[in-house]
Amino acid sequence: MRLSYPSNVKVIQVPCSGRVDIIHLLKAIEDGADGVYVAGCLEGECHFLTGNFKAKKRVQYVKKVLEELGIEPERVEMFNLSAGEGPRFAEIATEMTERIRELGPSPVKPQNAA
Amino acid sequence: MIVANRKPLAEIREMVENCDKILILGCKGCVTVCNVGGAREVSILASILRIARKKEGRLLHVDEMTIERQCDPEYIEQVKDRVGQYDAVVSMACGVGPQFLSEAYPAQRFFPAVNTTFFGGAIQHGVWAERCAGCGTCIIHYFDGMCPIARCSKSLLHGPCGGSANGKCEISKEVDCIWDKIVRKKMEEGHLKDLLDPKPPKDWRTARDGGPRKSVREELVQ
Repeated sequence: MRLSYPSNVKVIQVPCSGRVDIIHLLKAIEDGADGVYVAGCLEGECHFLTGNFKAKKRVQYVKKVLEELGIEPERVEMFNLSAGEGPRFAEIATEMTERIRELGPSPVKPQNAA
Repeated sequence: MIVANRKPLAEIREMVENCDKILILGCKGCVTVCNVGGAREVSILASILRIARKKEGRLLHVDEMTIERQCDPEYIEQVKDRVGQYDAVVSMACGVGPQFLSEAYPAQRFFPAVNTTFFGGAIQHGVWAERCAGCGTCIIHYFDGMCPIARCSKSLLHGPCGGSANGKCEISKEVDCIWDKIVRKKMEEGHLKDLLDPKPPKDWRTARDGGPRKSVREELVQ
């Protein structure tokens, strides 16, 4: 199966989505990422039981922070899919890329800084 | 431990509105344990403030530091070389931190980033509850280890009020009536008559009613 997904998606591997902390998502935004999403396992199928639920709550926290700062919370998202769902992975990457393209560049781009 | 909550972002942003360079100072004491002002929360707040300013197109230089405690002079001393370089230092410690810092470094502006709420503990991960009111004269041994001052909405010392219903307090269905718990435990243990023993009025001078408090331990004073 040779699937293609948008080349703008930079994949950062973690042992479990539960490893993704609030600061990791914030740093991505701070450093100019237009969007950031977490691809966790299906709910109820976490090898570490609750890693993906923890990630989900952290994503929600960051969404709330962005909203407070007047930045579109849709720039941060959580997706759940199993490791065997390659086509779904490519589909999500495309979906997220399209969503971000519609939103336009992040207002936090470093070049916007004085 | 002392439990706190981070202030709303809008309030913190307003405090640092006119600053170009700040230090966010965390504390490894109680506020680290209640996940509000330790190194992790310092980095999160720093990132949020940087994002907010980048969005406005106005850079904010934010340094991060977390010290052992902000309620002891020897640790406050550790920031000696840092203060003075910033427009403001934002303390993520309880209300003691910014005050100790202000006293030690009067020329530097210090802002509190948290609202200090109560003395309590974690009843589950992410949920803290009040257990002590710091009244200065502990009487929980009379009540099987439950404090009616901190845990009764009216701080009653002689039994439940008329607002107690089905073990809950009238202020909220979420709040247990501590007097219901005390009476039930005494009944279970067959010690209900303990509550009939007359007790002298509580001396509230050791609480806040006596003004700001100080504790002096002669054997430790140098």
